[in-house]
Amino acid sequence: MKKLLTSVVAAVACYAGVASAAEIKPAVVYDLGGRFDRSFNQGAYNGAEKYKADTGTEYRDFEIQNDSQREQAMRNFARRGMNPIVAIGFSQASALEKVAKEFPETKFTIVDMVVDLPNVQSVVFKEHEGSFLVGVLAAMASKTEKVGFVGGMDIPLIRKFACGYVQGVKHADPNAEVFQNMTGTTGAAWNDPVKGGELAKSQFDRGADVVYHAAGGTGVGVLQAAADAGKLGIGVDSNQNALHPGSVLTSMLKRVDVAVYEAFASAAGDNWKPGLTILGLAEGGVDWALDENNEKLITPEMKEAVAKAKEAITSGSLEVHDYMSDSACPM
Amino acid sequence: MENFELVILLLDATLRTSTPLILAALAGMFSERSGTINLALEGMMLGGAFSAAAVAFYMNDPWIGLLAAIATTIALSLLHGFACITHKGNQVVSGMAINILMSGLTALVGIALFAQGGKTPALDKAARFQPITLPGAEAVKDVPIIGPIYFELLSGHNILVYIAFLAVPAAWWVMYRTRFGLRLRAVGENPGAVDTAGIGVVAMRYRAVICSGVLVGMSGAYLSTAQGASFLQDMTAGKGYIALAAMVFGKWRPFPALAACLLFGFLDAAATRLQGVVLPGIGEVPVQLVQALPYVLTVILLAGFIGRAIPPKALGRPYVKER
Repeated sequence: MKKLLTSVVAAVACYAGVASAAEIKPAVVYDLGGRFDRSFNQGAYNGAEKYKADTGTEYRDFEIQNDSQREQAMRNFARRGMNPIVAIGFSQASALEKVAKEFPETKFTIVDMVVDLPNVQSVVFKEHEGSFLVGVLAAMASKTEKVGFVGGMDIPLIRKFACGYVQGVKHADPNAEVFQNMTGTTGAAWNDPVKGGELAKSQFDRGADVVYHAAGGTGVGVLQAAADAGKLGIGVDSNQNALHPGSVLTSMLKRVDVAVYEAFASAAGDNWKPGLTILGLAEGGVDWALDENNEKLITPEMKEAVAKAKEAITSGSLEVHDYMSDSACPM
Repeated sequence: MENFELVILLLDATLRTSTPLILAALAGMFSERSGTINLALEGMMLGGAFSAAAVAFYMNDPWIGLLAAIATTIALSLLHGFACITHKGNQVVSGMAINILMSGLTALVGIALFAQGGKTPALDKAARFQPITLPGAEAVKDVPIIGPIYFELLSGHNILVYIAFLAVPAAWWVMYRTRFGLRLRAVGENPGAVDTAGIGVVAMRYRAVICSGVLVGMSGAYLSTAQGASFLQDMTAGKGYIALAAMVFGKWRPFPALAACLLFGFLDAAATRLQGVVLPGIGEVPVQLVQALPYVLTVILLAGFIGRAIPPKALGRPYVKER
């Protein structure tokens, strides 16, 4: 009898496990720039693809072409019973808030923005910490003591990247100069590689020899310009070292892939929780990239310095100022 | 001295940013001087940029990419001509239709071919137009004044930049010193008279839109295989319309249009360089203001300083032989 019971329990448990893993119908809504921006959205795509490869769970996704499609896409997914729905990017917040209220049973996860609703999980990153690390590397790699930053759309989030970067640069070399440029003030600023390249060239003309971008698809042009001019670029969000091996110093990794994967996995495992999740250096949410494409560019001193900075940040002895906390950068 | 260098670098960037505008503005001029409004420049540029990037990727040769771009834009020009010249359709509608069509079609074909969301893969060095160092540029590099002007400003651009600047006097010569140019202008002013003289108005206008296609194809190829290294959806970002504005600005003439393109290019280049710069007495200029500057100046200049722009008389009117 006991034996039978255990086997029944085991069978039920087993069944439940299979069922809940197969039961979820996850969906992703990308931001402007699209699934293959080789940066932010592609991180989300990689996370979803990894989940699909690991569990065999199919997912649906949508690449929006303009702002009005955000709401339609989410509502469509919710109406078709997709659950959880992961929205990528801060611009999805208002649309998600509306749709999340209409479908209180559906689980929503938003990356890069906070939406305070009982069925919404908000995942934000401490980009300033990761940017600090690449700032340290940039300052050490620069021979001219001048480095550049190219942002996408001029919004607080991108200022946060810039501010962390400047702090890192100054931390490694107080005399270094940082040039900052923003590509534009509309969504088109995420997808203008020609402009990005021009901005990078203008910074090279002023003497910069390392340039960091936080500009989505625009950044492809920044890295291209750096490779063409024989300077160094720094990638963002996804690991972009392989785009121009030897010309990309490193990439500031923002693990959007982990966030998407976790959202799917926790929903399948029934331990998905609404509320705010903040992923920083300590949580492995941000980091810098080292692989065979850039190992020759990173000297042992640089490795040591960045490891030290990382240690100091995770232990709390070094605090990187967050631009979004007071909308100002001390540097 | 440092300021001098900054000015040189600014002018250098001006040449780069105004090149696609110059080619497209000349393209618009050929078409419109013959009486066919060409609002489709934007879409044709996109088509050219896509074909150039895709073909250059497969063939690993920018020249074949350029030819593909020109072939694409000639085909689009003929389509525009078929609607407007042969079938006497509304030229504005046809132009806009081509713009919308190409914005979607390039992305669609891009997804089908490369499965990267409408982008084309990044091109290798061999598949792009590389900077050309003019003879003697290295030698005079360190000569004051002349050195930087020759080395930084004039040398070191890709072939399409030089083609664009040579295309302006060439276009002027064709337009004002050849029989073809005379007839082309006449067709745009008074097609009835041309017809009376025994010259086919329709054939003339078709030839004009083909010229237009060749030029705008080069401008598209420049964006994706010279200045950039891949195609992205809607990467022209309104350059076709700006070129059209420059052409109107230049009163449908090659040299004034060149000046207008250089002005737009200069403002664009200046905008990227003015960001974050602290100006004496004003402080740091906000990004938004700097980026609005080209448009604000355009409005001011258009409103007050260039006088009346008189379009070709028969512009936008299909030729009807008999009533």
